[in-house]
Amino acid sequence: MLKDMSRLLITLTLIAATAGLLLSLVESATREPIKEQRRLQMLKALSAVLPEFDNTPDTDTITLQNGVNKKGEPIDVIFYRGRKAGELVGTAFKVVAPDGYTGNIEVMIGVRPDEMVNAIEILTHAETPGLGDKITFSSFKDLFKNKGLENADWRVKKDGGEFDQFSGATISPRAVVGAVKKGLEFFRDNKAKILAEGGQS
Amino acid sequence: MSLVKTFTKGIWKENAVFKLLLGMCPLLAVTTSAENGLGMGAASTFVLVCSNIVVAILRKLIPSKVRIPAFIIIIATFVTIVQLCMEAWVYGLYQSLGIFIPLIVVNCLILGRAEAFASKRPVLDSAVDGLGMGLGFTLALFILGAVREIFGSGALLGFTLFGAGYQPMLLMILPPGAFISLGLLLALMNKFEASK
Repeated sequence: MLKDMSRLLITLTLIAATAGLLLSLVESATREPIKEQRRLQMLKALSAVLPEFDNTPDTDTITLQNGVNKKGEPIDVIFYRGRKAGELVGTAFKVVAPDGYTGNIEVMIGVRPDEMVNAIEILTHAETPGLGDKITFSSFKDLFKNKGLENADWRVKKDGGEFDQFSGATISPRAVVGAVKKGLEFFRDNKAKILAEGGQS
Repeated sequence: MSLVKTFTKGIWKENAVFKLLLGMCPLLAVTTSAENGLGMGAASTFVLVCSNIVVAILRKLIPSKVRIPAFIIIIATFVTIVQLCMEAWVYGLYQSLGIFIPLIVVNCLILGRAEAFASKRPVLDSAVDGLGMGLGFTLALFILGAVREIFGSGALLGFTLFGAGYQPMLLMILPPGAFISLGLLLALMNKFEASK
């Protein structure tokens, strides 16, 4: 009986240990490529929203706190700064629209120093395919170009604003418009800190 | 049973999806396009072949009382390997398959083959069985993905098939489309089999 038990134990332990060993090998082999992939992904999003830059915005960052989450922990917002010939040309940061049709919508916004949107990019979303997911179309994203808090009415057309929702979906565009507006307000209120402090060009 | 038969039965006669109706969760969830279907099929096939081989090698060493946990550890290991490799080298596919890669662990097709075939047969037979079953599964995922993509977005593997005037049948991309297409496909196949 005891011998039987110990055999079961030893077999399972051996299998699990071998599995662990194998996995740690694979993990160490893929760690660098995965890091690189995530970095490329980030850079791709940054190039999409920032004006042309010649530095590496993913290393020229500044982190500010924007309120607290439900657990009372501070929410960090990372600002990626794009520079050309040492001159700041734009700042990119991520905002989260919590009120999408299905879950959060993550939006990367590029803001020029004159507080105008350069471009936006939808990072992750789970909106309905064919309806709400049109927020990822450039026809929608381009609506934000060269818009600022002063020169635009930040509501969708259905609510009396100037951002065109598309047929069949109002909730997703409304969430994105609201999130970008909040992001711009945060940028305006903290502009001095975001643009000035630290970082190397 | 000859090796050829072991191989081909997984593709048609005992096709995991069309004949045994196994692995429905990934089948219905990821087949919004033919490419996703192929990616999921390839990942599952790799796991299935590897786990069948290892289970067949260890079949005399694993006491039958703990065989299920042992199989699950083996399968989970290979799934994690696939997941890491996909994230490292095919990032786009990794993103579009998302949560369904780790869920390959609980695909009953894979545990089913380990239990019903690999734990009783030699290594080569089990490898061939895994390959056949995996390809059959991939084929089913591809067909369903292709049908849904053609009707739901008017394209196949990303290439637009119809002119701009085509109004896509949105329903086919949404979850109900998966059930409807699978039902119709199965009906077609049964009709085809019955008329033979």
